[in-house]
Parts: sequence; structure tokens; C-alpha cells
Amino acid sequence: MTPPPASSRRSLWQVFRWPLALALTSAVGLVSALVGDGAYDAVSWVALGLPCAVIAGALMRA
Amino acid sequence: MNFRTWYLVHKWSSLVPTAFLLMLCLTGLPLIFHEEIDHWLHPHPELGAAAPGAPGADIDDVVARALAARPGEVVRFVTFDDEEPLGYVITAATPAPPPDDGHVQPFDARTGKFFDPLPPPGGFMDIMLDLHTDMFLGLPGYLFLGAMGLLLVVATVTGVVLYTPFMRKLDFGALRARRSPRLKWLDLHNLAGIATAAWVLVVGVTGTINTLALPILGLWQRGQLAEMTAPYRGLPPLERAGSVDAALRTARAAAPGMAVQFVAFPGTQFSSRHHYAVFMRGNTPLTSRLIQPALVDARTGKLTDMRELPLYVRILLVSQPLHFGDYGGLPLKILWALLDLAAIAILGTGLYLWLRRPAPAHRPGAARPAAGTGSLRDNPPTGSAPR
Repeated sequence: MTPPPASSRRSLWQVFRWPLALALTSAVGLVSALVGDGAYDAVSWVALGLPCAVIAGALMRA
Repeated sequence: MNFRTWYLVHKWSSLVPTAFLLMLCLTGLPLIFHEEIDHWLHPHPELGAAAPGAPGADIDDVVARALAARPGEVVRFVTFDDEEPLGYVITAATPAPPPDDGHVQPFDARTGKFFDPLPPPGGFMDIMLDLHTDMFLGLPGYLFLGAMGLLLVVATVTGVVLYTPFMRKLDFGALRARRSPRLKWLDLHNLAGIATAAWVLVVGVTGTINTLALPILGLWQRGQLAEMTAPYRGLPPLERAGSVDAALRTARAAAPGMAVQFVAFPGTQFSSRHHYAVFMRGNTPLTSRLIQPALVDARTGKLTDMRELPLYVRILLVSQPLHFGDYGGLPLKILWALLDLAAIAILGTGLYLWLRRPAPAHRPGAARPAAGTGSLRDNPPTGSAPR
């Protein structure tokens, strides 16, 4: 699937697929460290690190 | 609702609490690391290796020595660290507040040896905490900040809806940094807002729940706690409370596999006038927060009742870690701080966008100013909003 040209209008799915993925990942990250230690903590770190990484990545590209 | 309405709700639900949310984000930042900062300011006592097979401290003796050092005071709580063999005796002039704060005497939970008492409250971290929870105003302060938390939830939800019209022609993560400062801050506001929306919602909702801690405690006292201690109502007050160690043994036997988190002494807010309330915790991050009270007759040392806390208290107890971010080690705290910084960026850029908003159009149907300056007003959603 190729990305739509920059000028065309995006569908709701195209607008929200990444936000949705980030929200679901964040939810997993928020819960994981609560139910266990060790690997569960590591899952939380990766999952909640993702939104931070996305923002940092965009700032570096800009 | 069209996007104009969503925009108005977003604007006001953000502008009203902005100053308070900024204060909460700033005071919350050091509070994330309060454990580390406290340890750094007041290093933990050196805990030597325990003698093998040591039976654990004689808590009755610990309590007696703590009281002897604080004439005129009573014990409110004995609490136990969940990681190190450290205990704390908390004494004050009265069993229940006021005063809010007691005197804290740490001890080695294996030998009963006393360490230097903790300094009285009033330090930097206490000020941060008071600002963050109630701005020194007590219950009205808690509830006011809770209302600000609810507005934050409204602002987040409306912000997610408003994300749509702005992103119809942009790729996810695009920051138009070179066109105009306003566009750059708009894109950063939208990106940071949408990327952290789930975390902000959870921290906002759990923070709001935490502001209800006092009413929730009151509800539990009048509800479950009163029910559990009903047979003792009207009995003459205790002349002398019995052994704490006996109460601890009883509670441990009633809750095998759990550890003692704290003992509330007779007359405190967490017990009755006739009971030691021994709060037991499990050993996972979740069950260690979902404590269970074992009420032990303070005279006989026999178990009166042990129950799971009601749902509304358990919701509060689970809301605490989800607000504090203290349940996944230091890396989780660092992520909490980064996400808090993102929240500060969202507040700051939002304020900027409002201060630098384009002048309103003079009449409906007037020629629109050049598109792309980045407000909903001059960059309308293409066809989505009924107009």
C-alpha cells in the first residue's frame, strides 16, 4: 500500500491508525507493570517509551 | 456537534484549568521521584546482615520505647517497608488528625534497633506534595483540583475529536516547522496530544479519583468498618491495649501468604476504639496495593473480622500507582517524567495557540484569510462539519 499523495484527503482510518496503535500500546504498558515484575516491567518500558519516541523522532526530523 | 462546537468546548475546558494543570505538571515532576529524592536527602540507615534465624523485632518493645521517647503522645500506626526490613512507628498527640502529621521513628524490623527519627514535615518535597494535592486548602482544595482533572479529561477527549480536521491532509507525525511558528506549535500540540492521549487520560482520571480519597475514607469508615466493628459499639473504651505482636500473629495466620503493610492502632481513622486493624498486602505490584484489613480485638488478640475492601476503595487503591507511576522501577518513573514533560508541552503550545489566535472574521461568509495559519477558524475541515 502506497501512502496517499500529500494533498489528498485522508480517511478516518488513515488519520487514526497510528494514534489508535499508540493508545493501545500505552494501555498495555500502563497495565503490564501493574500485574507482574521483571518481564512485565520491561513490556511497560517499551510500550510507554513508544509515544515518547514518536514525539522525539518527529522533533528530530523537523 | 460540529467541529466549531467541539473547538469551543476544547478551548474552554483547557483554558480554565491551564494554570492549575501547569502547576500540577511542575510539582508532579519531582514527586515522581520522591522516593529517590527522599533517600538522597535522608539516606536510609545501614541495615547490617541479620543474624540467621532472627525471629524479628519485638514490636511491643519497639512501641514501648517509641512512646517513652515521646511523652504525651500515642501511637497511630506501625508501618513496614515493602522492600527492606525497615519499620516505622508513627506517634502524635492524638490518635486521629488533627494534627495531620505525626512523628516518625524508623526501626530495624529484624532487631528492633532504632534509627534517627525522620525530620518533621515542611521540606521541599512536602511543599510540592501539598501544592499538588490540595494547595494547602484541605478538602476544598482536593475537590477543586479534582474538578480541574475532570476538565482535563474533557479537553483530552475534545482534543482527540479535533485532531481529525487538522490531519485530513497531513501524515501522522508531520511537523511543519518551516512555514510559520504558529503551524509548528500547532503540529507539535496535535502530535504530542494524540501520542500521549491514553496516558494523559489515565493519569487525569486516576488523579481525579485520588482527590476523592478523604470522602472515600469517610464512606468506608461509616460503611464497612462500622459494620465490622458493630458488636463493639457502645462498649466502654479500652483501658489498655494488648499486645501488638499477638495481633500481628493473628493477622498473619488469617492471611497466609500476605505480609503486613501497616497496623492502625485503636482510635485511629483506620480502626475502631477496640481494634488493631492490621492491613495485609499481597506480593505482586497489584495485590500489594489491594490491601485487606484484619481487625483484631486489641484486648484479647483474637480475630474479629477480615474482609476484602469494598470496590470503591479498591478503585482508589489501584488509581494510586496508575497516577504516581511508581510500579515499574526507575525506568517507568523516567518515562512518567518524559510524558509529564510532553503534557507541559501540550499545555504550553495550547496556550500559545490561543494567545496568537488569528483575528476573528468580521462577518459570516466573509472571504477567508489565507489558509494554513492553523486555526480551525481559517482552516476548516473539508466537508466534515455541517455548516
